[in-house]
Amino acid sequence: MDLVHLEDNMEELRECFRSRKTKSAAWRRDQLEGLMRLLKEKESEIFKALKEDLGKPPAEAYRDEVGVVRKSLNLALSCLDDWMAPKKVHVPRIGFPTTGELVPEPLGVVLILACWNFPFTLALDPLIGAIAAGNAAVLKPSELAPVTSSLLAEYIPTYLDNKAVKVFQGGSPVAERLLEMKWDKIFFTGSPRVGRIIMSAAAKHLTPVTLELGGKCPAVLDHLPNHRDGEVAIRRLVNGKWGPCYGQACVAIDYLLVEEKHASATINHLKDWITKFYGDRPLETNSISRIVNKSHFKRLRNLVQDPTVAASIVHGGHMDEDNLFIEPTILLNPPSESEIMTEEIFGPFLPIITLKKIEDSIEFVNSKPRALAMYVFTKNENFQKRVIAETSSGSVTFNDAIIQFLCDTLPFGGIGESGFGRYHGKFSFDTFSHEKAVLRRSFLIELSFGSPPWSDYKLQFLRAAYNFDYIQVFLMLLGLKRK
Amino acid sequence: MSLTSTATKQQVVKEAEEKKTMVVDSKNAASLVSELRGTFSTGKTRSYEWRTTQIKNIIKLVEERESDIFEALRSDLSKPELESFVSEISMTKASCKTMLKELKHWMKPEPAKTKLTTFPSSAEIVSEPLGVVLVISAWNYPVLLSLDPVIGAIAAGNAVVLKPSEVAPATSSLLAKLLPEYVDKSAIRVVEGAVAETTALLEQRWDKILYTGNGKVGRIVMAAAAKHLTPVVLELGGKNPVVVDSNVNLKVAVRRIIAGKWGCNNGQACISPDYIITTKSFAPQLIDALKSTLEEFYGKDPLQSKDLSRIVNSSHFQRLAQLLDDDKVSGKIVHGGQRDEKRIKIAPTLLLDVPHNSLIMKEEIFGPLLLIITVDKVEDSFVIINSRSKPLAAYLFTNDKALEKKFVDSISAGGMLINDTCLHLAVHTLPFGGVGESGMGSYHGKFSFDTFSHKKAVLYRSFGGDASARYPPYTLKKQRVLRALLNGDIIGLILTLIGWPRK
Repeated sequence: MDLVHLEDNMEELRECFRSRKTKSAAWRRDQLEGLMRLLKEKESEIFKALKEDLGKPPAEAYRDEVGVVRKSLNLALSCLDDWMAPKKVHVPRIGFPTTGELVPEPLGVVLILACWNFPFTLALDPLIGAIAAGNAAVLKPSELAPVTSSLLAEYIPTYLDNKAVKVFQGGSPVAERLLEMKWDKIFFTGSPRVGRIIMSAAAKHLTPVTLELGGKCPAVLDHLPNHRDGEVAIRRLVNGKWGPCYGQACVAIDYLLVEEKHASATINHLKDWITKFYGDRPLETNSISRIVNKSHFKRLRNLVQDPTVAASIVHGGHMDEDNLFIEPTILLNPPSESEIMTEEIFGPFLPIITLKKIEDSIEFVNSKPRALAMYVFTKNENFQKRVIAETSSGSVTFNDAIIQFLCDTLPFGGIGESGFGRYHGKFSFDTFSHEKAVLRRSFLIELSFGSPPWSDYKLQFLRAAYNFDYIQVFLMLLGLKRK
Repeated sequence: MSLTSTATKQQVVKEAEEKKTMVVDSKNAASLVSELRGTFSTGKTRSYEWRTTQIKNIIKLVEERESDIFEALRSDLSKPELESFVSEISMTKASCKTMLKELKHWMKPEPAKTKLTTFPSSAEIVSEPLGVVLVISAWNYPVLLSLDPVIGAIAAGNAVVLKPSEVAPATSSLLAKLLPEYVDKSAIRVVEGAVAETTALLEQRWDKILYTGNGKVGRIVMAAAAKHLTPVVLELGGKNPVVVDSNVNLKVAVRRIIAGKWGCNNGQACISPDYIITTKSFAPQLIDALKSTLEEFYGKDPLQSKDLSRIVNSSHFQRLAQLLDDDKVSGKIVHGGQRDEKRIKIAPTLLLDVPHNSLIMKEEIFGPLLLIITVDKVEDSFVIINSRSKPLAAYLFTNDKALEKKFVDSISAGGMLINDTCLHLAVHTLPFGGVGESGMGSYHGKFSFDTFSHKKAVLYRSFGGDASARYPPYTLKKQRVLRALLNGDIIGLILTLIGWPRK
């Protein structure tokens, strides 16, 4: 879809929404089922696109993309009626007969801007929420994953209602043009820098936004006395770093905090499992995604250019620019002011920072901007409680990593620099809905004292009454009999 | 409504010196925030005791200083004492009492279900304070719209700065004086001022901003917030429509419309009815009923009635006078129209069928002028309402259930009320906020607590049950296990694990 006809397309979307077609449960179900068919029928093409764009192995492509979207679709289809139903609220008894309810309604025409690292999930998961909530939507996939972007542009119009759901492809110029339009909501996944640009543009139209950003997600590894637990922890750490798109994920572990005395054992265990998982030629064994493009490759290479940083490498470090491959790399205590410790890495470098005692990790984490996710491996319940009470992050996962992404009953979103707003499960539906308050009163029961002209008597009466319930008073004034 | 103030900077500085309060500029705004962050990081504001103590002290404030508050509201708005009592003091206390009653419960983590996909695990959602938040209040309910959000911020465990509106200077002064006497000033502060001071505050990084006011300034607030990725709640306004069907109890309907219009700060309220839509045939009856009830409430000469707020200041008076003096509109006045420029008063005024392109039909009135638009059939009103931006509130008076259903289904507004006006504001189980041009986000009751909280997701996993299928190297069997796990498919999982072939 090209920008020349952007205004016409916007008008078509608005008209479609105005016609109330997208409001019906039947329409929403149809679209979701259409997406499900797309997933089933085009699965191998999707895998192929992800392989081309990111070198994603089919297992990752299913685990992190197709499988996730399918899970979200199944949930939305089974819960749609429940999500759409108005919810009654309790109204003070004195208000009888008054009823109150919350009615969810779609916002209108929404814009979804997806990121390149999970180009399928980050486009369709929000779209599922937008459709389930009854909106019309425009999707702009990331231009850095061009094959997936093309696939979405080709199939979304054929599997979904193309008057209500449209795909615009392209990079910044396209995004800028889209941001000039008036949307009823903008959902953005990406970097904090661009998040600011999006929110500024949205401010011109008072458009609410959800910003799913990133940050440095810390992992904390406490000493685990049970040998087997320790093994599981290491496996999950390795998987939490190099598993999701080879570290290029907002939820990937960015750096690891561990006690000094356990550091070398930890490094050895990590090395073992890296070898077990990825072998000597991980690209060839289809175990990892590659670095997305030359520009990111160069960015990552720069992170370890500094001799003091390079000196801290204790494993890996080999780089192959032609194949956009960097070996899984571990660093031990790189300088704290170095870029690798101040910027989100978004790649296969794992800095390990050692501490005197594991509780110091709380102070360390608090010295940095709040992250999207925090991963703490510990069986010490006191420490767990302290982490929850004394640190702040989008989420906290104990004894695992990344997996919180799959839990639909937990809101997924950041805080501070890692963003605001949330989605997944019903939170997706809510994020694209307006929760309208509706109060119904009857004409029965009217009280004439509760109106002007005011008199001292009336005020006196109110004073006597108000000591009990102020809402009663207010309601009485507007004409309800008090029992 | 605009941020302009009649006070010059010199006057502000002089007054502040007299009061020994801080004049805020960029530099000391930054140190103010820094100081509050320091307080917040000590963890002091997180405790249940701290939060409830502050809220109890706010109740004390409004109880003990009630007459000072009445005086300030009289000075700023000529607000009748009863209105001040109910809509400012009483509502503030009600808000405090709701918090005190429910806070313990709200502060508890909410358990979340987990599924096969993450088995074995348990999950919960933990509410935590955002940090240091900014509340920018409005002039029309200067006590309520200052304290209600502040109460929410405190209940959620935040440190908070309140910037009351300079357009209600007596109340602003009073709050600046009283709050430090009653609440913990290491965490809760008041900053007075106008555009310059607000700008200085908006340059800082806040963890949330709640602004009540108009759309023009709302955009400025959101743009400033964007620089720091600060989430915002914008409580704005709009033209709130009232659809009146002919099958209603007219006497009751009219009293409720009048109470919601002129009983609420003389129409200067974000939820006040702005325009009525009714059928051509019913309009004469409706207008007659309005006229007679208006006389009943406010007498033959409403400009003399003590039960009506005045217009807040000359600038707003001129704005409203201009709306009335418009050529296209002045002939449409069917009741009222009297003005007293010296005392800044305008009488309750009804206008019938003003042209759709007149200014009074385009802009939020925010005053004692009520428009009546007539249509052929009452359903035609929906088209008119939907052709405009979404209002903060929409009202319908009818006994026809089908019409009611259609109204709720087809009109989008912040909130809706059937057969009454404004009341939904007082029901704390309903979120109060706008949509589209009327704003974003909501508060009141638990919605206040939630709006000033971060809902942190916490997942506890055990070390048992570690499916090797998660890890590379990825075999075909592992992929099947993954599929089954993700689909929540227990049978598929078992079959795969025992090696049952898949088609």
